[in-house]
Amino acid sequence: MTVTEAHRSIDAVWRIESAKLIAALARMVRDVGLAEELAQDALVAALEQWPSSGVPSNPGAWLMTIAKRRAIDHFRHRKMAQRKHEELGLDLETTQDAIEVEPDEVPDDLLRLIFTACHPVLSTEARVALTLRLLGGLTTDEIARAFLVPETTVAQRIVRAKRTLARKKVPYEVPVGAELAERLGSVLEVVYLVFNEGYSATAGDDWMRPALCADAIRLGRILAGLAPREPEVSGLVALMELQASRARARVTADGEPILLLDQNRAKWDRLLIGHGLAALARAETLAGEARRGPYTLQAAIAACHARAGAPEDTDWARIAALYGELADVMPSPVVELNRAVAVSMARGPEAALPLVDALAAEPTLARYHLLPTVRGDLLAKVGRFEEAKAEFARAAELTRNAREREVLIARAKQASTGNAG
Amino acid sequence: MKFMVLVKADETTEGGAMPTEQELTEMGKFNEELVKAGVMLAGEGLLPSSKGARLRYSDQGTTVLDGPFTETKELIAGFWILEVSSRAEVIEWMKRAPFRDTTIEIRQVASEDDFGDAMTPELREREERMRRQVEERHGS
Repeated sequence: MTVTEAHRSIDAVWRIESAKLIAALARMVRDVGLAEELAQDALVAALEQWPSSGVPSNPGAWLMTIAKRRAIDHFRHRKMAQRKHEELGLDLETTQDAIEVEPDEVPDDLLRLIFTACHPVLSTEARVALTLRLLGGLTTDEIARAFLVPETTVAQRIVRAKRTLARKKVPYEVPVGAELAERLGSVLEVVYLVFNEGYSATAGDDWMRPALCADAIRLGRILAGLAPREPEVSGLVALMELQASRARARVTADGEPILLLDQNRAKWDRLLIGHGLAALARAETLAGEARRGPYTLQAAIAACHARAGAPEDTDWARIAALYGELADVMPSPVVELNRAVAVSMARGPEAALPLVDALAAEPTLARYHLLPTVRGDLLAKVGRFEEAKAEFARAAELTRNAREREVLIARAKQASTGNAG
Repeated sequence: MKFMVLVKADETTEGGAMPTEQELTEMGKFNEELVKAGVMLAGEGLLPSSKGARLRYSDQGTTVLDGPFTETKELIAGFWILEVSSRAEVIEWMKRAPFRDTTIEIRQVASEDDFGDAMTPELREREERMRRQVEERHGS
């Protein structure tokens, strides 16, 4: 085996094993930061030995053995160093007992790790970095490139996050009862944030960014396996799979975004759509009589597009109804604006205009160029060209995208000649 | 990236022998690991070629040949479709499959982009129409 081949295998093993390894070690040593260091030590040992000895037949167990040995050494040293201190967080005997437990025996380990990495004592940035590091097996450099920040920033975030978890004595456990729902929200938010960071990146970017989408979907699927009764976990998986199914169709070769209705649907990934629809069905079954959550509803909207063979087959009435439901569980002016667009597609511009007019006084949308864009579009359709022109001009002022500004200026001109555009 | 893992047939699978309970348990456990890790998109076992057929297309028309087929080692007994980050990762996963005396083959699934210019918009559209029909028939 060449060194390159060995390194490729080690990368692959690390991707498969690292989260399980760190999760099991964290349970033993009750410190996520230390667990990660021990796992890293084992990785270094693999990098030193496997290129000459070959990858062992059970690489996960090999890494675990090395990491456990380092753990015992660590506590032995600590015991010697702290001999004078009576209150030792962990004594050597109990540590050794704990270390006898095999990783697969406690299936909740990974779930504990996810809940710890996404703990509310940490800032959102810290949660994201720690999740990618501990659960995604990404290096600090990879995380830095994915989020376009310097590597030192990410490294500091992770060090500080680990310190905060230790200082605040965050228990390594899965929350129960009402706390579970709340904390799960934080976990799902982190996963979706990672997904969007990758999804908002255009083609041509560093490969690390689009790869984030795949990482987020994988994390979501892992979470769905660990928390199989939580509808919103499946809802989020469905949403990510349905959005990712359009990845190849959403930008031109030059990286210009293509609107959903203009996308070449032949480029949509049918296998991912099938998976997304199945995940959505699971989420809806799990929700049962209960109100569908925001991720499930957004997935249901994405599913309406995925099911439409051609843009004109889109079930806009259903999409409008789903936005209505979404506005109930997650009130937001942006959701209202989207609902207005769906209503105009389903029932015409006259029905949608009052919805958009109601948003005019909304302070959060004051600088949001899509509000005047949508309003201008509706006004042009009902023949109120003068007002439409003013809206397009205003939208052109607000947008920060040069290409979009050109389009809006052109539409303003069209409107002034009495053309609906 | 997506990979298809093809499990080659042998005399046993072609003879119609079904897996034992232990084999099924082991395979179930392996599949569960793939699902839990979020990498498995599909996977099925196939019945012997005696239940299958082969079609040969030529200028003279199409001939249908019923199974079984003799060249056992070239036949397929099952498959997975896995979504992973690298070829090395599929290999690493498949090393853990509970096989003893079996050959598998790993192939990367082509994406639209791999076909290049030969895949014209018209062809893409036709392809898409076909896939939609298949899905509709399966009611998904």
